Amino acid sequence: MLPELSRDEILRYSRHLLIPEVGLEGQRKLKNSSVLIIGTGGLGSPVALYLAAAGIGRIGLVDYDTVDSSNLQRQVIHGTSTVGKLKVESARDKLLDLNPGIQVDVYNEPYTSENALRIAKEYDIILDGTDNFPTRYLTNDVAVFLGKPNVYASIYRFDGQVSVFYAKEGPCYRCLFPEPPPPGLVPSCAEGGVLGVLPGTIGTLQATEALKILLGIGEPLIGKLLLYNALDMSFDFVKLKKHPNCRVCGPNADIKELIDYEAFCGVPSHDHEEGSAGATWDITATELAERVMTNHLKLLDVREPHELEISRLPEAANIPLGQLAGRLSELDSAEEMVVFCKGGTRSARALELLVSAGFKKVKNLKGGINAWAKEVDNNLPVY
Amino acid sequence: MPVLRIPTPLRAYTNGQSEVNVTGSNISDALADLTTQYPALKPHLFNEGDELRPFVNLFVGENNIKDLQGVNTPIRDSEKIMLIPSIAGGANVT
Repeated sequence: MLPELSRDEILRYSRHLLIPEVGLEGQRKLKNSSVLIIGTGGLGSPVALYLAAAGIGRIGLVDYDTVDSSNLQRQVIHGTSTVGKLKVESARDKLLDLNPGIQVDVYNEPYTSENALRIAKEYDIILDGTDNFPTRYLTNDVAVFLGKPNVYASIYRFDGQVSVFYAKEGPCYRCLFPEPPPPGLVPSCAEGGVLGVLPGTIGTLQATEALKILLGIGEPLIGKLLLYNALDMSFDFVKLKKHPNCRVCGPNADIKELIDYEAFCGVPSHDHEEGSAGATWDITATELAERVMTNHLKLLDVREPHELEISRLPEAANIPLGQLAGRLSELDSAEEMVVFCKGGTRSARALELLVSAGFKKVKNLKGGINAWAKEVDNNLPVY
Repeated sequence: MPVLRIPTPLRAYTNGQSEVNVTGSNISDALADLTTQYPALKPHLFNEGDELRPFVNLFVGENNIKDLQGVNTPIRDSEKIMLIPSIAGGANVT
């Protein structure tokens, strides 16, 4: 039995009720539906806002982060007044303001192999709004094991991908991408960034797919991948097929339960710690400031050239991480050197490369130039 | 001449080119031509054994070459080949 709509709800959803494909029955279906949104960031923001506005009866939000001002360029569910608050609480308050008639469940915890099945089994559809490979593979496998549709989206700079991975009726994410790229290969970690409006475009497409599935109308993107490029304003579609050797949804699947996704992807999914190369190799910004007063030290900045326009240490040489292997001859392996980047992760990778090439007197600036800006030079911006 | 569409994450290795004209009558030849023109791309597409990396997907028109004849999939002159990467963006880059 579908729930009835109240007098207020009939008014609220009247523009839906006027569409024959939705109508009163469709709106009651939405009221009876539940969705789980993994991540309340760039994609999760428009997804949650539009699905709440559409009258989905129950929305689950999973995130463990707090709102930071650098989120607000794209994560429009949060606001300046919620900076510092838990993202799930900031998002819940916004959703209930938009639509007090729905239920919003919040899970202020990382989505992991330990809790994912328990959380996701409560919901009809899972929406993947994650920003990292381990959680993406976990989200896929959970959907396959629970037999639920996984409305997938992914963004990068100006590019977006959307599909519906539903192993009962078509391929899953692993059919297309059996393995993640090795860390640092594709895409290079030095090339982050995203056009703020991009998750808006892609997230609303994701929300559209979820509504279509819940209403049982139209042609969901099962077995199709949408590729969007904002610069070309191009929408391309390709066909996806179930991979006969898929390790989770194929006939000979050998992955029958959730695995260690961080080990599988070779990267952590939850990066709360500042970039560090380990205690032996790290130097803090404060220590470095003391050292440069008394010693000659070579400083090597491995960030991209456009990042130097934001903040720089004038005495530092710049070799972007991607070019370092080919430009080692420019450096003196006998010289004492401190490597840094924005937050310490890329420089930790640079340090590994330098050490394996025979450099012995190298250190990693823990927390990068951002730590320097916080601890030593407040005139430099943090980004 | 077939055209190979380069996704944003790999454009750093093609001097920013979004499309590269390639020669060849099948995918294998086209990729050989592509990596001759842009050698820095090679490690991103092939492993040490010169096999296409499992996360690299190539589509001829709408179809994945894995569903056709793999790297032996023939290509016509005006064909559009798309390289589709796995992406996961938006996270804080440090």
